Amino acid sequence: MSQLIEIRWHARAGQGAVTAAKLVADTALMDGAYIQAMPEYGPERTGAPLKAYTRVCSEPIEVHNTITNPSIVVVLDDTLLDTVNVTEGIEDDGVVILNTEMSAEEARAKLAVPASVTVAVVDASGIALDTIKRDIPNTPIVGALSKVTAVVPVDQVKERLRITFGKKFAQEMIDANLDSVDRAYEEVVCA
Amino acid sequence: MTEKQAFSATGNQMIAEAMRQVDPDVMAAYPITPQTTIVENYAKYVANGQVHTEFVTVESEHSAMSACVGASAAGARVATATASQGLALMWEELFIAAGMRLPIVMANANRALSAPINIHGDHSDVMGARDTGWIIFFAETAQEAYDNTVISFCVAEDERVLLPVMTTLDGFITSHAMERCVLEDDEMVKSFVGPYEAKYALLNTDDPIGAGMFAMGDCYMKSRLALRNANDGSLPIIEEYGKKWAEACGRPFDLVDAWGTEDADYVVVVLGSAAGNVRHIARELRAEGKKVGVVRPRVYRPFPAEQIVEACKGAKAIAVLDRADSIGAKHAPLAADTLAALYAAGEQIPAKNYVYGLGGNDVTNDCIHRVFDDLEKLAAGTVSDELVYLGI
Repeated sequence: MSQLIEIRWHARAGQGAVTAAKLVADTALMDGAYIQAMPEYGPERTGAPLKAYTRVCSEPIEVHNTITNPSIVVVLDDTLLDTVNVTEGIEDDGVVILNTEMSAEEARAKLAVPASVTVAVVDASGIALDTIKRDIPNTPIVGALSKVTAVVPVDQVKERLRITFGKKFAQEMIDANLDSVDRAYEEVVCA
Repeated sequence: MTEKQAFSATGNQMIAEAMRQVDPDVMAAYPITPQTTIVENYAKYVANGQVHTEFVTVESEHSAMSACVGASAAGARVATATASQGLALMWEELFIAAGMRLPIVMANANRALSAPINIHGDHSDVMGARDTGWIIFFAETAQEAYDNTVISFCVAEDERVLLPVMTTLDGFITSHAMERCVLEDDEMVKSFVGPYEAKYALLNTDDPIGAGMFAMGDCYMKSRLALRNANDGSLPIIEEYGKKWAEACGRPFDLVDAWGTEDADYVVVVLGSAAGNVRHIARELRAEGKKVGVVRPRVYRPFPAEQIVEACKGAKAIAVLDRADSIGAKHAPLAADTLAALYAAGEQIPAKNYVYGLGGNDVTNDCIHRVFDDLEKLAAGTVSDELVYLGI
């Protein structure tokens, strides 16, 4: 049975988690993968905690439920760690990627995950403020995801961004987003 | 055949695309979650001049279906979309559309009914329409929602059928999740569906007809029998168009998708997206050597009784999973239909009915495992056949 990669995104509404979930799916699709991307729709308000999901597989994906045993967890806002059990059900050899100013060691201690789980940190908000000039950490965190996991190659992510953003944004904004991906790719640290 | 470009789309997008390709004469619609993006996308096609459809904005779903009935009776090719409370509000017009034999195609993004208020996916809305005379499709995936929608126009408008068709997909789960899809060529779809010329059109003054007439009991009953016969008789015609479409685009079509049922001891019968969840677990169980099967009717009305009985035959126990209840009855709708079909065919297989996923409640892998575990116990007589609300 081919491996099904399941990513669960934790964020606050307005941080672009749904866009990121779709970006990863669309990037994987470019390589011929089967994909799913969906938000968990609730009574949403900007700033409220939300979850989104991405599935990637070389075979058609039949399952249509939420992801309860993710291989990868991405957290776009570290204040969620106090209220949401973000690593619930994570696989033993799973990966957590966190947008935070904490060190990888601090994050690992805060998350209290087993040693078999990889913890990666990146200041995606800081990078977004530097490059995109707004605290929208979704694009940079995909750069970090690309570095830490084998789900999608970083060049492919950037190619996909050019296609998606090319229709909507000025070149300056596209370049800022691409730059944010590269920086997060370089700056992400694992513990 | 050239390689088709795979792209990501939601089920709603795919239905809107199918409708764009068919380009009906009239669409009268009112927005309601989780269907809104179908008519929203369609309104863009209209605004961009990509279709020639007369888009009628109305003040409610009751008016939407009324306008569809009027346009279809006049002789137009008509499509619309709705969900949940919207479908409920259309209830009286649903009977009129079917009774007047109007080939309207309507997408429904299956959703719970109030109260409590809930916008998420279940089949409570559609099951309320199951006795109206409409043909009803259930899609498992976004791709299938597209395929079913194209097929719906062919079936509805075929002179041997002339019935309204509901092409449904599970609210949010299929309507809003992005999946890998392919689109057939516009011209291919247009020629597959063909041009529409109403056989009986109010606007055809050369051949005047009456429509929506009063009828006393004898005529009324004959009319209803004709409706029943048309609905029953549409099954092989649905299969005919389904197979033709399958051949044209290379994706399979079966009235009932039977997976692993040839030698299955334990079979689960389930509609819509959850069939994928069940098959996902069934594959794992098969790999462990367990003889399990999954039966998914792609068409619910007319009910493909023979095909379902054939797929269930020889099983030691079956589970029927319903995403709606029929409160006050012993069984929920799909179970009632399935068990009646088995009984009529002389099949006495122990069966258990589960109500699952109401209001979008998650259908976890644990839920599915529990069903398969129960089936072994049911065959052994160590679990009762009482209806169970799964996952709470």
